[in-house]
Amino acid sequence: MAGTSYKGSEIKDVDQFIKGDGLESAREQEIGQHIGYRYDVNLVPDYERLTPFLAKYMEIMGWQDLNWLEDVHMGYEDGNPAVFDRNINGWVRVPDNISLPDNQQDRDMIARELLIKFQMSERHPLAQLRLAYTKF
Amino acid sequence: MASMSDAELRAMSQEDRAEALGMMSEQLTGRSMKEFFEPTEDENFLYPWAPVVDTAKSAEIDADGLTATDVNLKIRALMEDGVGTVKVLNPRGMHSLGVGILSKLNLEFDGSLGYFAAGLIDGPNVRISGRVGWSCGENMMSGTILIEKNAGSTFGAAIRGGDLVCRGSVGSRTGIDQKGGTIIVGGDTGALTGFMMQRGRMVFCGNAGKNLGDSMYDGTIFVGGKIQSLGVDAVEEELTDLDKAWLTRKLSQYELMPDQGVAHFKKIVAGRQLWNYDNLEPSEKKLIL
Repeated sequence: MAGTSYKGSEIKDVDQFIKGDGLESAREQEIGQHIGYRYDVNLVPDYERLTPFLAKYMEIMGWQDLNWLEDVHMGYEDGNPAVFDRNINGWVRVPDNISLPDNQQDRDMIARELLIKFQMSERHPLAQLRLAYTKF
Repeated sequence: MASMSDAELRAMSQEDRAEALGMMSEQLTGRSMKEFFEPTEDENFLYPWAPVVDTAKSAEIDADGLTATDVNLKIRALMEDGVGTVKVLNPRGMHSLGVGILSKLNLEFDGSLGYFAAGLIDGPNVRISGRVGWSCGENMMSGTILIEKNAGSTFGAAIRGGDLVCRGSVGSRTGIDQKGGTIIVGGDTGALTGFMMQRGRMVFCGNAGKNLGDSMYDGTIFVGGKIQSLGVDAVEEELTDLDKAWLTRKLSQYELMPDQGVAHFKKIVAGRQLWNYDNLEPSEKKLIL
C-alpha cells in the first residue's frame, strides 16, 4: 500500500519520489519545490508487518503498540529515502546498501527501526548536545 | 519588483503578485542534516543517558505537604536508584506533577491533578485515577497517559507523540496544535477541538462541540457520536479498512471499544484548502508592511 495522498498531490507509485524530482501538483511545478511532507502522514500502521526489533522495543517500553512510532514514515529527501528525526529537526538518509521493500508499510517499519537505533546511539547529535549543555 | 508601489501590487492578481515579489523563483534548500543511518548500529532501546529502571521495583511518594518541585525531584531520584514503578499518593490537585520525565517509567497518581499534568514527557506510562485540569499531557513526545475520570480544556495541546487517553469527557480546544500522537476520549469533547491540528489522530467515542477541526492542516479525527459543527477546512472522509482495524485495536487496548463496533465512526480530515497558504503568506505580509 503506497498510502493515498500527501500534501500537494496524490501518491500513485511508492517510488515516485525516488524516480523523479517529485514535483507533482501544478502548484509544486509552478514554484519549483515540493510542498511539505512527501508521504501520507495519515497512513496508520499495519501491525501484520511489525518487525521483531520493533516488537521487542514495544515490550521493553511497556507499550501494546508502536506509540509515537505510528507517526514515523519513510520519507524522501532530494530523491533519496530518508527519515525525519524530530530530535534533530532534520532528515536522516537511508544508506544505499539497504534495499527498500516494494510497499510503504514495510518501508515505514524499516524507517522506525533505523530511527530508534540512531536516536538511542551515542553518535546521535542530541547525545553530544546533552553532554555539552545539560543542566539536569 | 522594488520599483512597484503597493497600489500596483494590490491591483494584481494573487499569482502575478507572487511572481512580482520573487516568490516563484525562490528555492528552499531543505532541511537535510547529511546524517546517515548506520545499519550495524547496536540494538539499544533507551537513550544513552536514561537511567536503567526495573518496573518490578516500586516505591511510593506521599505528596501531602510537599511542593510540586519536591515531588518531581523525588520521582527523578527514585529513577536514578533503578525504581521503575512509582506511586504518588495524595496529589490533591497539585499543578505540574510528573512533568519532564524523559525515559521509561510506570507512574501512578492516586487522586486528581491540576494544570499541566505529565507534560513534556518522553517515554513513561502514566496512570491518573482521578481528574486532571487544563493542558494535561501538553507537548508529550512519547509514552502513555491514562486518566480514569474527566479532563479540562486544551487536553493534549501540541502533543507530538504517544497515547493520551481520558475515559471521561474533556473540555474545549482538545489537541490544539497537535503535531502527532493519539488522543482518545471515552466521552465528549468541547468546542474548537483539533484547532490548527497538524498531524496525528484523535478518537472521540462521544459527541464533539462546535467548529471541530477548525483550520486543521493535516491529521485525522474520528468521532463516534454527533458533531455539532465542522470548522473551516475540516471535511468528512470515508473510513478505510485499515482505519477500522486501527480503531478497533486502539479502543480495545484501552477498554473503550463501543458495543456497536467502529463502523459508525465519522472520519474528519483536512479539506486541503489551506495547504498552499504558506506560499502566499509572505507576499501578503509584504503588502501589509
